[in-house]
Amino acid sequence: MRLSPTTTQRIAVTILWTLAAATIGMLVFIVAFILVQGMPQVSLEFLTQAPRSMGREGGIFPVIVGTLWVAGLAVMIAAPVGVITAIYLTEYTREGKITLVIRFGADCLAGIPSIIFGLFGFVFFVITLGMGFSIIAGALTLALMVLPTIIRTSEEAIRAVPRSYRDVSYGLGATRWDMVTKVVLRSAMPGIGTGIVLSIGRCFSETAAVMLTAGSALRLPTSAFESTRTLALHFFLLAREGISMPKAYATASVLILAILAINLCAYWVMRRFVAKVR
Amino acid sequence: MKWIVGLFLAVAAAMLYVSFCPWGRGSGKHAINCVGSTSVQPFAEMLSQEFDLLHTGQMVDVQGGGSTAGIQAVSENIAEIGMCSRSLKDEEASKFTGIPIAMDGLALVVHKSNTVNGLTRVQVRDIFRGAITNWRQVGGEDLPIWLITREEGSGTREAFVKLVMEAGAKIASKAPAGPAGNKHVANRIYRKAMTQESNGAVKELVKHDRGAIGYMSLGLVKDELKILAVDGVYPSLENVTTKRYPLMRPFLYVVRGTPSKGAQAFIDFTLSPPGQHLLVKEGLISVR
Amino acid sequence: MKEATKDKCISLILLTVAMSAISGLAVITAFIFKEGLPIMFKVGLGKFLFSSDWYPHEGSFGIFPMIIGSLAVTIGAMLIGGSLGLGCAIVLTQFCPPRLAALLKPCIELLAGIPSVVYGFIGVVILVPLIAEHLGGPGLSVLAASVVLGVMVLPTVTSISVDAIQAVPRAYREGSIALGATQWQTTHMVILKAAWSGIVAAIILGMGRAVGETMAVIMVAGNTLDLPGGILDPVRTLTSNIALEMGYAAGEHRQALFATGVTLFVIIMALNILALTVSRRRTRRVGA
Repeated sequence: MRLSPTTTQRIAVTILWTLAAATIGMLVFIVAFILVQGMPQVSLEFLTQAPRSMGREGGIFPVIVGTLWVAGLAVMIAAPVGVITAIYLTEYTREGKITLVIRFGADCLAGIPSIIFGLFGFVFFVITLGMGFSIIAGALTLALMVLPTIIRTSEEAIRAVPRSYRDVSYGLGATRWDMVTKVVLRSAMPGIGTGIVLSIGRCFSETAAVMLTAGSALRLPTSAFESTRTLALHFFLLAREGISMPKAYATASVLILAILAINLCAYWVMRRFVAKVR
Repeated sequence: MKWIVGLFLAVAAAMLYVSFCPWGRGSGKHAINCVGSTSVQPFAEMLSQEFDLLHTGQMVDVQGGGSTAGIQAVSENIAEIGMCSRSLKDEEASKFTGIPIAMDGLALVVHKSNTVNGLTRVQVRDIFRGAITNWRQVGGEDLPIWLITREEGSGTREAFVKLVMEAGAKIASKAPAGPAGNKHVANRIYRKAMTQESNGAVKELVKHDRGAIGYMSLGLVKDELKILAVDGVYPSLENVTTKRYPLMRPFLYVVRGTPSKGAQAFIDFTLSPPGQHLLVKEGLISVR
Repeated sequence: MKEATKDKCISLILLTVAMSAISGLAVITAFIFKEGLPIMFKVGLGKFLFSSDWYPHEGSFGIFPMIIGSLAVTIGAMLIGGSLGLGCAIVLTQFCPPRLAALLKPCIELLAGIPSVVYGFIGVVILVPLIAEHLGGPGLSVLAASVVLGVMVLPTVTSISVDAIQAVPRAYREGSIALGATQWQTTHMVILKAAWSGIVAAIILGMGRAVGETMAVIMVAGNTLDLPGGILDPVRTLTSNIALEMGYAAGEHRQALFATGVTLFVIIMALNILALTVSRRRTRRVGA
C-alpha cells in the first residue's frame, strides 16, 4: 500500500510534534520540579548570607561568588583565544593537511569528557604546579575544557558565512582584517555567541572537574589562589549527602535562574547585533 | 561592536586585577586545608565553625574526598591536615603522624522495613562476599540483597574490610593459607556491589531501597535507617562506649612532620574539652 | 605597502594566539598519553582492555566491564536523545511558526545549560524508584542512566542540528516547494540531506557528551564492578571509574586511571573519524 505524500506528511508531522511536545514537556517538568520546591527558600538573605552548619542553614553567598569567579575567569581566557584561533584557521590559512589535523584534534578534544580535564588539572595545576585547590586551577582547567568547543563552533559559524560576502568585501577594497571583523564576524556572531554561551553554561554545570581543582571550601574566597565551591557542586553535595533538601532545591533554583539570565542576556545582545547587520 | 569589545576588556581587566592582587587578605594568614574522610568531614566542619567563633583569625577549610585522598593531599602538600577514618597502614605510619581525635562505630544499615534485626560477622562477610544473596537466607523476607559499598580509598571501607571481611574469615576458620595475595582474593567484596562515594550517598540509597544493605559511620545514621546488631551486640551508646560493639574504628588527623602553628591550634582545639564535648554530643566517642 | 605589512602583523599575532591554544591542547593530549600508555603496556593491552578484574589494591587493572558500561549507556542515550533531539530540530525549523520557534529555541538552549547534577538528582529521586518498582532490579541501572543521559544530550543535539538546518540556503527549500513537493518531502529529501554533515556533527557532539558524562551517571548507574547482564542491571562507566577513584589514586593506580582516559580518548577519536567519513560520503552524493 503506497501512501500519498499528503498522508505521509500528516503522519510525519504528528510524530514529530509528539516528539517535540514530549521533549518540551519533560524539560519543562524538570525545571518546574526544581523551581517549585526551591523558590520558596530563595530570599535576599539566602543570596547574601554565608552558609552555616555545612549548608543546612544560612545562605549561599560565597558559593555564588566562587561560581562567578571560576566561570568568569575561564570564559575570559577561553573565548578570545578560541575565536581568534577559529578566525586564524578559517581565514588566514589555506585548507590543507594541517588544518584538517587541527580541526580533527579540536573535535576530539571538544568531546573529551570533562573528568579527563579534571584529572589533568588535578595532577598538573593543583599538584605539579603547586596551585593547590584554587580558583585559578579550576578556571584554567575549565578554560582548556571549553576551548575546543568554542574553536569548533566559531569555525562552523565562520565557514557558514557565504563566500559572496567575502568576495564583495574584497571587491569593495577592504583589507583581510577589515573583512573579517566587519563582515564575517558580524554574520557569524550568532553562531559564535551560541558556542560561547554553551561554554558558559558548561562551566556553570561542571562538578567533578571543579571539585578536584577548585576544591569545595565553603568560605568566601578573597583571592584566586583560594579554594571555593561552585553552585553545581554545592547542590550536588547537599542533595547527595542528604544534608538539606530544601537548601539543595534552593541552590539548584538559583543555578538554573542564573543560567537562564545569561542565556537571555546573550540572546538579547545577539538579536540587537543581528538586527543592526540585517 | 566596539562597545562590546570595550566592555569585555573592562570586565576582563577587573577580573584579573581582583584575582591576582591580594586585596582583602586581612590577617595575611591563609586558610588551613583539611581534606579527607567523608566520615570525619561533617564533624570537622562543626569543629571548624566553633573554632571560627574563637576569633583566632585562623580559618579552616574542610573538604571531603575519602581517607586515602586526604593522606595523598597531605603528602602532595595540598592540605595541611588529612582526615582519616581508619588506622594508618605501616607504610603510611612511617611517613605521617596520625593523631586520634575520636572513635566511631561502623554501623551496618538496612531499610527501616527490613525484618532482620542482627547478623553474625560471618554472615555479614558472606553477604558481602556474594555467598548469601537473598534476605530469606538469613531469616528475612524473600527479597534479593542489594549490596552498597564505598569506593576503595574510603577509610570506612578499609575499616569494614579489616573488621568484617578479614576478621570474619578468621572467625570462620577460613584463614586462607598461602601468600598475602590470597587473603585479598578471599576477602574481596562482591563485584556486584554498588559503589557510592560518601556516607551520605550510602544513607540516601539504603533509605529508599527495601533490599539494600550498606555500612557507614555510626555517628551519621541518626534516625533514618535501621541499624543491625553484629554478633548479638546492638551499637547502643552504652555498648559503644564500653567497646562491647565489635566494629569500632578511629578518626585521625594526619599530618606530616610538625604541623604549622595554625594547624596545631585547630588540632589542639579538637582535642580540648569543648572540642571533644562537641564530638560526643554528635554521637562519637571521645579519646580522653 | 602599509596594508600588506599591517596584514602580516595581524596574521602573526593571530598565529601566535592560535598556536598557543593548539599547543596547549596538544600538551594535554601528550600528558594523558604519557601517563597512561606505560601502564597499559605493563599490564598488557589485551588484559587491560578485556579483563574484568578491577582491583587496584591488588594491582589488577581490567576495564572491560566499564567499556561495556560506557557503550551500553551511550547507545541507549543516543537512541533516546538523538531521535528526540533531531525530531525537535526538524519541528522547530520546518513545521513551526517562526514566532513560536523564536520562543522555543532559546528555551531549548537554556536547557542545555542545566547542570548534569540536576538531571542526575531528578533521576535518583523520580526515575530510579520508578524503575525499581515497576521493572525490577535495584533501579540504579543502564536504563536509568540511558534515559537521564538521553534527556541531557537532547538540547545539544537539537541546538546544533537547528543551526545546521538553518544554514541550508533558503533557495533549496524554495526550489523544492516550487517543484511541488510537500513540506515533509522537502524536509527529508532535500534539507536534511544538505544539512547532514551538521546533523552528524550534532549527534557526534551529543554522543561525546553522553560518553563523557560523569556526575549524573555516578548518581543513577550503580557503579558495580560487574558486567551488566541486561538494561536493568547496575553498571559502571569509564568516566565514573575515574571520578570515583581520582582523589585517592596514587602511583600505578593513578596511571591506570590515565590509561582509562586514554581509552576514552581513543573512543572519541573513533567516533569522530566515523562522523567525518559519514558526512564526507553524504556531501559527495548530494553533489558538487
